[in-house]
Amino acid sequence: MANASSHAVNYHTADGAPVFYDNGDHHPQQGTLLGFWLYLMSDCLMFAVLFAVYAVLGRNYAAGPSGADLFDLRLIAVNTAILLFSSITYGFAMIAMQHGKKQAVLRWLAITGVLGLSFLGLEIYEFAHLIHEGAGPWRSGFLSSFFILVGTHGLHVMFGCIWLVTLMVQVSKLGLTTENKRRLMCLSMFWHFLDLIWIGVFTFVYLMGVLP
Amino acid sequence: MSQDSHNDHDQDGGYHATVKGYVIGFLLSVVLTAIPFWLVMDQVLPSPRTTAFVILAFAAVQMLVHMVYFLHLNTKVESGWSLLSMVFTVALVVIMLSGSIWVMYHLNTNMMPHMDPQAARNMP
Amino acid sequence: MSSAYSPDAPTSLIFGRLTLDAIPFHDPILLATFAMTALGGLGLFGLITKMGWWGTLWRDWICSIDHKRIGIMYIVLGLVMMLRGFADAIMMRAQQAIAFGDNAGFLPPHHYDQIFTAHGVIMIFFVAMPLVTGFMNYLVPLQIGARDVAFPFLNNFSFWMTAGGAGLVMISLFVGEFAKTGWLAYPPLSGLLHSPDVGMDYYLWALQVAGVGTTLSGINLIATIIKMRAPGMNLMRMPVFTWTSLCTNVLIVASFPVLAATLALLTADRYIGTNFFTNDLGGNAMLYVNLIWIWGHPEVYILILPVFGIFSEVVSTFSGKRLFGYASMVYATVVITILSYIVWLHHFFTMGSGASVNSFFGITTMIISIPTGAKIFNWLFTMYRGRIRFEVPMLWTMGFMITFVVGGMTGVLLAVPAADFVLHNSLFLIAHFHNVIIGGVVFGLFAGINFWFPKAFGYKLDDFWGRVSFWCWFIGFWVAFTPLYVLGLMGVTRRMSHFDDPSLQIWFQIAAVGAGIVALGIGAFVIQLIVSYLRRDQLRDKTGDIWDGRTLEWATSSPPADYNFAFTPIVHDNDAWHDMKQRGAKQPMTGFKAIHMPKNTAAGFVISMLATGTGFALVWHMWLFAALGFAATVLASIVHTFNYKRDFYIPADEVASTEAARVLKSA
Repeated sequence: MANASSHAVNYHTADGAPVFYDNGDHHPQQGTLLGFWLYLMSDCLMFAVLFAVYAVLGRNYAAGPSGADLFDLRLIAVNTAILLFSSITYGFAMIAMQHGKKQAVLRWLAITGVLGLSFLGLEIYEFAHLIHEGAGPWRSGFLSSFFILVGTHGLHVMFGCIWLVTLMVQVSKLGLTTENKRRLMCLSMFWHFLDLIWIGVFTFVYLMGVLP
Repeated sequence: MSQDSHNDHDQDGGYHATVKGYVIGFLLSVVLTAIPFWLVMDQVLPSPRTTAFVILAFAAVQMLVHMVYFLHLNTKVESGWSLLSMVFTVALVVIMLSGSIWVMYHLNTNMMPHMDPQAARNMP
Repeated sequence: MSSAYSPDAPTSLIFGRLTLDAIPFHDPILLATFAMTALGGLGLFGLITKMGWWGTLWRDWICSIDHKRIGIMYIVLGLVMMLRGFADAIMMRAQQAIAFGDNAGFLPPHHYDQIFTAHGVIMIFFVAMPLVTGFMNYLVPLQIGARDVAFPFLNNFSFWMTAGGAGLVMISLFVGEFAKTGWLAYPPLSGLLHSPDVGMDYYLWALQVAGVGTTLSGINLIATIIKMRAPGMNLMRMPVFTWTSLCTNVLIVASFPVLAATLALLTADRYIGTNFFTNDLGGNAMLYVNLIWIWGHPEVYILILPVFGIFSEVVSTFSGKRLFGYASMVYATVVITILSYIVWLHHFFTMGSGASVNSFFGITTMIISIPTGAKIFNWLFTMYRGRIRFEVPMLWTMGFMITFVVGGMTGVLLAVPAADFVLHNSLFLIAHFHNVIIGGVVFGLFAGINFWFPKAFGYKLDDFWGRVSFWCWFIGFWVAFTPLYVLGLMGVTRRMSHFDDPSLQIWFQIAAVGAGIVALGIGAFVIQLIVSYLRRDQLRDKTGDIWDGRTLEWATSSPPADYNFAFTPIVHDNDAWHDMKQRGAKQPMTGFKAIHMPKNTAAGFVISMLATGTGFALVWHMWLFAALGFAATVLASIVHTFNYKRDFYIPADEVASTEAARVLKSA
């Protein structure tokens, strides 16, 4: 996989002699999107550890409540729908960005943000309810791994929302500059990645958690 | 190093999102989500083990849908490096998950105290 | 030491559980250490003030986003922390040499336990990692013909996060205490019930802060190598050091998240009361051991692979020959990278997973030694029929070949589960890993320091003191660790501060002598640095290519200009610089263009110090400051993203005059 330069490079002169120095126009490729993707891969591995911990400790109820006792699958279905919708609304923001439509970008981002905050709100409600019922993270190995896995995902969504608001301010102030578009693409990857992790969460934690 | 002047063209790292792509991905995801929820909530299949395998398979497929339609993962983006790094990461995730489950199952069997399920339920 | 910290002890909102009791007034060793450190620190501050260096220190070093300066700062950090880590080692050797029977030695167990814990943590995380990272940072952009790394600001931030973590460990010496659990801090000993003290919390937050820096640095260097190679440098034309750096950084990005997650779970157990690794309520302490070694095994390859790269460069340069078997070197490195993920259980064969699991991992562990063996053969074949120059870096390399191979063999012995059942956690194990880490990593780093010092600073290191340092390290290592092999085979356990069997004492005394010889080696190194500085005019590197090097870093001046290359080189073959010299390449002296460069910034320093401060507050349960610190860290990061003006241009005529001056100097 050879790297491409952003201008044509002369490797040889007209009479075939090798050229050893570029004429000064060479600019290295932009690495931000790849770099961010690599960060997401590292985050994926971090979540993998949390999933592994849940796999090992997920049935250690310590004579306390189990998933079947606690999980409200209808609430989770709603939350899953919210997150999935937010993925597509962000997608529409990206399409608007490709067409250079700043106001449309801001509108779709705002809707995505509201959906993200709703997701968080429901999740906080769920956690508060569990703690109120005596099923806090300190109750058992199962609950510890549940709260940390789902909670870490929620923390990522929270940081995503903070980032989204920051980007909205930056886009509204400076417009769809190359730098801002790059940041929007990074947040796009982040947001979709969180939805991808959520697939693992609702399947492995919630759905399998209520199975005997 | 960033700035506008040199990078205004679509590099080989760029992709082109379309409304159609997002809508297809979305609809596929809805179906792939609704079926597992239905299978579990209505206890459709006879054995929980089969249900577990089926919903895990659906999850794997839906993750692929997200990767293709939302994350635009293909061999051309970033000269194939993002796909390569994803494949490597997935391989490591499989090793870590299966390795940990295998190892911990053996450790638990060999090292954790034996007790009948009744006694276990009454433990603190 | 400090009083035990009961979880029910009252805490103040401002100070948490920090009280004056945390300062170890009653411990003479610590007081003496503090006095010496304070005097040294004051001396340093005084010198900087007197010479008026504060401005340049801040502008040109602390705020620098130049990979060369950041690389140097990493190496300085690593060398300074090596002094602390080695001081811990000397104390352990001294204690174990005298503490027999009625003689309790001078270190009570709770102090000794902190010393061996700190020794391990410091040597791995704050000596070896920064040194290796510093080399990769300095060399990779130069070797691939680039002007900096892909994300220069992130590079600066990563360094200061590592330094912040080191700072937290150093502060623990004088404020509070350190962990007493060994460098990997297994629960349940490291859990809240058995280690309620601040030491474990220092450990956790220091490693989390430093870990962020390391992971980001890994991402940075991978993106750099993938995206910023000079035209014509396809992957199979990269220098071997760049290849090993690529694989090392892949290991970093793919393993440090595991460490971060596992330590975070232990932190949750201690701060929230979760039950991941507790003995009751559904926890499983063995899970920690499993997870931490999934990180821990790739970690040791992170330490050794860059050093294998250093040896490749040194051997080919000083044999005057192209490296033998370039392709097989690359494949061996990639194979090691992948295999390092399927051997981790060999660190806990004895924990009880049974024969089927143990034999799988025993076999994979033996397999992973094969690519390393291939590398040794390649280096030997490179030397065969070469015109070898026995400069100091080559001495270190030959010392490595002998020492590391023995260490590797003891590793393969330990890979046999049945043997490991006898030798696990004995002094044999200690001797094995010091054998490969000192013989491999440390020797390689000294080879690299001697090799690339002229490039970085413009003058060679003194040859005589380099040889003295090498021989003291080499002889000292073998005198210090051969007794440990013997003791391990006799069944002596690690981490003991006192023994009852007097027949063992002679071995510990010999080991202590060995440690003393290594101390002379370190002293000789310090003298080497000083003498070289004093003699720098005689040792000057005028041409930038003092060893007749083969790779592109030798195409620059010594030290290189800020922009590295006035014109990006175009690569036609392996050993690009050697190829250019063979074919008479001449750098054009006209037609210079303005060069686009990133600006220095204080943001990385500020954000990382806020993060470090937050860690300190969390250690002492100063919840108010912790919350404020965290908010400030996030806020400072957001504010930084509003800075869009992060670059500038070096004017073409400035480039022209720099290049002209360089030509004059080398004439």
